Amino acid sequence: MADKNSFLLRIITPDRVFYEKQVNMVEFNTTEGEIGILPGHIPMTVIVKPGILIISEQEGDKKAALHSGFAEILPESVTILAEVIEWPGEIDGERAKSARERAEKRISGKAPNTDIAKAETALQRAMARIEVLK
Amino acid sequence: MASMRDIKRRKSSIQGTQQITKAMKLVSTVKLQRARASAERSKGYFTCMYDTVNSILQRVGHIDHKYLTSGASARKAVIVITANRGLAGGYNSNVIKLVTRHPQWRKEQLDIYCLGTKGRDAFVRNGYNVKECDTEIVESPLYKDAAALCGRLLESFAEGEIGEIWLAYTAFKNTVSHIPTLLRLLPVETTGEEGAGAVQESSAVMNFEPEDSEALDMLIPKYVTSLIYGALRESAASENGARMQAMDSATSNAEEIISDLTLKYNRARQGSITQELTEIIAGAEALG
Repeated sequence: MADKNSFLLRIITPDRVFYEKQVNMVEFNTTEGEIGILPGHIPMTVIVKPGILIISEQEGDKKAALHSGFAEILPESVTILAEVIEWPGEIDGERAKSARERAEKRISGKAPNTDIAKAETALQRAMARIEVLK
Repeated sequence: MASMRDIKRRKSSIQGTQQITKAMKLVSTVKLQRARASAERSKGYFTCMYDTVNSILQRVGHIDHKYLTSGASARKAVIVITANRGLAGGYNSNVIKLVTRHPQWRKEQLDIYCLGTKGRDAFVRNGYNVKECDTEIVESPLYKDAAALCGRLLESFAEGEIGEIWLAYTAFKNTVSHIPTLLRLLPVETTGEEGAGAVQESSAVMNFEPEDSEALDMLIPKYVTSLIYGALRESAASENGARMQAMDSATSNAEEIISDLTLKYNRARQGSITQELTEIIAGAEALG
């Protein structure tokens, strides 16, 4: 059970409990850059940015695409409240690829009223999905 | 005494009504099961979000932030979640009463954001200022709809048009008990005995990445959205629960009336048979 090398990771979405288990390490992307969390971290709250979530369990690593939400980090537990998160099996690869192309076109297209920030988030999301599928 | 034909007609009409209420009860039972399962699944997120934000706010102590202090305006925005359809017992009126009978609130100060037609009708009729109305959101709550509503509310809060945001919904406790609840969304309520205990336990100071105020800027919209979304899910479950109960008692009332009418019908039938017999016997005697 709980020893010094593991902490409780909980990932909760509005529709279900996505993940709840003792893990050794978790990595994901935040507004301040990519971070990896080990047990005994100082209390911290971070905002999630679209990217890959890597969970290191005793048995190996698990990947998921994490898109938005925030995380509360405490020494013995980490709670990620995710608005959108998907396991690789739930991602539609073709859709993600076409979404990436669309977003790239919008950003490079320089149309006068493009919402660049929105397009960039869409691009990041598509990239995360594609990356997880690899 | 009513004639046999009248009683028979009345009885068959009530039987028809009973069939309808019975069918409605079955439908809402199925819907309740579905709504309840999804409410329970999202409840984890809902309560976790509430706890997390509360514990974060406890840890940061008192910081000056636009979402934590009441706005200058005396106006209050109230989100009222009702059903689109009636025949659900006191479900709709209980939520509406929560707002209309509030001791400190005055009609002129309120901006009503209605989710559900029943609430809109009642507030428009009573002359409240109904600012927005969305009816589809109640049928199938989607997170992005809740987010859109929350975005609009926060905008007018930030601009100082409204000073407080409240949420009136029906909390789903179990199948038979649904509690109309009034909750203040903004400014966030931070006081609570449990919270005080938690602070003493973990004296470590919460760090924010990015800065406190920036992080709260991003956190609080998510918090408000999730509360609205959770409330929608719970209300949907409560609505079906309330309708199921109402239809159940309607069905058993119909049952009672039908058995009463059956008795009356049989008496009338017996009465007419006795009368016919008496007439025949009297006729035979007269002839003999």
